[in-house]
Amino acid sequence: MNTKPTKNCFNEMHSESGAIREIYQRYMQWQSALADGTLERESAEAELLFRRMGITFAVYGEADGAERLIPFDIVPRIFGAAEWQRLELGIKQRVKALNAFLHDIYHDQEIIKAGVISGHQVLDNVLYRPEMRGIDLPNQVYAHIAGIDLVRVAENEFFVLEDNLRTPSGVSYMVENRKAMMRLFPELFAGHTVEPVEHYPQMLLDTLREAAQPNVSDPVIVVMTPGSYNSAYFEHAFLASQMGVELVEGQDLFVHQQKVYMHTTEGPQQVHVIYRRVDDDFLDPLVFRPDSSLGVPGLLDAYCSGNVALANGIGTGVADDKSTYLFVPDMIRFYLGETPLLSNVPTWRLSENEDLKYVLANLPELVVKEVQGSGGYGMLVGPTSSKAEIEAYRKRILAEPANFIAQPTLALSSCPTLVESGVAPRHVDLRPFVLSGKDVRLVPGGLTRVALTEGSLVVNSSQGGGTKDTWVLEE
Amino acid sequence: MLSRTADNLFWMARHIERAENTARVLDVAHRTSLLPLDIEGTEAYLWYAPLNITGCAASYEVKHGLARSDAVTHYMAMDPDNPASIYNCLRLARENARAVRGAITSEMWEIINATWLEVSRQPKQLDYEKYPDYFDWVKDRSHLFRGVTLGTILKDIALSFIKLGTFLERADNTARILDVKYHILLPSVHDVGGAADYYQWGSLLKSVSAFEAYRKIYRDVISPLRVAELLILREDMPRSLHACMNEVEAALLDINGNSGREARRRAGELHASLHFGVIEDVFEQGLHEYVTDFLRLTSLLGREIRNAYLARRDQFTALPEQKTSQMQRFSTAN
Repeated sequence: MNTKPTKNCFNEMHSESGAIREIYQRYMQWQSALADGTLERESAEAELLFRRMGITFAVYGEADGAERLIPFDIVPRIFGAAEWQRLELGIKQRVKALNAFLHDIYHDQEIIKAGVISGHQVLDNVLYRPEMRGIDLPNQVYAHIAGIDLVRVAENEFFVLEDNLRTPSGVSYMVENRKAMMRLFPELFAGHTVEPVEHYPQMLLDTLREAAQPNVSDPVIVVMTPGSYNSAYFEHAFLASQMGVELVEGQDLFVHQQKVYMHTTEGPQQVHVIYRRVDDDFLDPLVFRPDSSLGVPGLLDAYCSGNVALANGIGTGVADDKSTYLFVPDMIRFYLGETPLLSNVPTWRLSENEDLKYVLANLPELVVKEVQGSGGYGMLVGPTSSKAEIEAYRKRILAEPANFIAQPTLALSSCPTLVESGVAPRHVDLRPFVLSGKDVRLVPGGLTRVALTEGSLVVNSSQGGGTKDTWVLEE
Repeated sequence: MLSRTADNLFWMARHIERAENTARVLDVAHRTSLLPLDIEGTEAYLWYAPLNITGCAASYEVKHGLARSDAVTHYMAMDPDNPASIYNCLRLARENARAVRGAITSEMWEIINATWLEVSRQPKQLDYEKYPDYFDWVKDRSHLFRGVTLGTILKDIALSFIKLGTFLERADNTARILDVKYHILLPSVHDVGGAADYYQWGSLLKSVSAFEAYRKIYRDVISPLRVAELLILREDMPRSLHACMNEVEAALLDINGNSGREARRRAGELHASLHFGVIEDVFEQGLHEYVTDFLRLTSLLGREIRNAYLARRDQFTALPEQKTSQMQRFSTAN
């Protein structure tokens, strides 16, 4: 089995000398004692399990629109207790600052007055929602659910790749991956003490309760989905059923006198908290896109009147925009008075002439992203792109440079992964899911995404990435 | 419960039941086709029955013309173009289930999902001899689904809507089978038929799993009067109209609440007429007329259920408050 480090990137299993890192030792003992073909057989079993349970997603832009499985890799990714504790502190710190920033820019705008970030950067951003100015939210929380994408480049060096503060998805895979692993390899869990993750839905429910207006003692909570054809529908249904709340579509809700109701078999019932998995633009056809059939007319009015809570709040996109990303370390210093524990990836802003010049001259080495893009769509990974692709992308950049940022191609860490030729290292990232209510909390670990193609750095499920169970070992 | 959730549960159950009933009807046609032809007349005559029962004779003729065993079987079992095919019933059952995954148990979902996955993976054509196995499989899946449902789901109104869908569909189906085959019960009410009649009545009974029940209850030769009585009035026969309406009425009473008064009234009325009815009256009215009337009444009941629960769209009658809402602020700002 070839699990030796590839050059130039941190290998999560092997140290530089080639020895197995301590946290992987017990796992490897177990794996090397397996009969030949066991992993392959269990991997096929896992696929069957996932398909039977319908843990699927839809890929946009594919003609058949068929449901697909996200490939599940059977080799877990492991964190030690100490390294996770350091990470967790950094993640919480970042999310606290982001929520403080959102509250500030929709209220007194101290950070702009202090000159830390320009008013142009914030207020002229299309994702800034002037409707939200002066609206007070319980606990001053805007992003109740955040997904912070992290990559590792060295034993003690992590970078934040991006913050997802709108409708981050993937948490159902975190829970289902664990369930599948425990079903396939119960003996593996008997030999390890792995921090549990299955209580995430309970934590989410608590967070949503805390999002309700304080005068509502027993809030009615719903999950709002764009519908069963949405790519993340499985997750919406999963979370609703795990929390024991209704899964609604826009057509199930209506607004009367600035209150939101759902149509039930017993007549209208008022709704107090909506965990919405519908983007801002589609929420309310009276205010945002008039052609949206996914939303609820009058929802924003009800929201701004304080009669219904939305999680996440409206207008969080301005804080996870890739051009605002640059300022997150400054936000941490400004609002918390702390030194950022997690670093940003060095980033060039193509709206700046100097940066633009440098980036255009070095496209084959860089990763270029759209400022408002997400899901790995519309990005250029220089080192793995053809000349023609690079030139086509150059034209797009030149048409509107301010729409893009560029970053160095990071040497993402690799983890042993089961591929056709056996177990081999593949690049991974990590998305922990952070919940903010009265305080900030998260389950240990998160979703590890893995680029299954050798050498590939793109881990997005929409681009052929897979997922792994992520372990945080107890001390 | 969300109206849409109730709607999806209702149709999930209806489509599973419909798939099973279609499999039953086809299965019996299959068996009958193995008998000498003079018993059921020509091949076309025999194979129109399943088309008529499921109401897809017209669309079949457009595509295939005269009813032939293999074409009818394929059209009703596997043809994706036939909205009433078993294939589409199982697809729709799964789509409805998928829309309410949170309201059903994961065991129920897994059965429905696995059933659909297996159907969708099947070859486009089956060998004609393989169909009986397929029909058995469809019936098994339906039984399994029902068993898993009763064994795992909370006894709340979700189950009531599932029962409503199941038993309205089953009542509808039994009535249609009776209607299409009523001619074989007609000639003379007290007649004890020859071999041909025996097989025809036998096949009718078998299509609703009532052959053995008939033997057990009447311990006698098969007579049309008793066949009709068994399938219409006997409440201990699980697929009879009476048994189905027992369940429908009970489900509506369990749902209770302020809405659905008219649905409960209609179900009660239908149930009472079956409860106190005698078979002689049915034959006096004419079996065909009786069944036609029953189908009309169940369809009205279905419409009431739809209005009261499944497609419920209340509007508040009070006028909106006349204060300057923030909405006006937004619409001018945008």
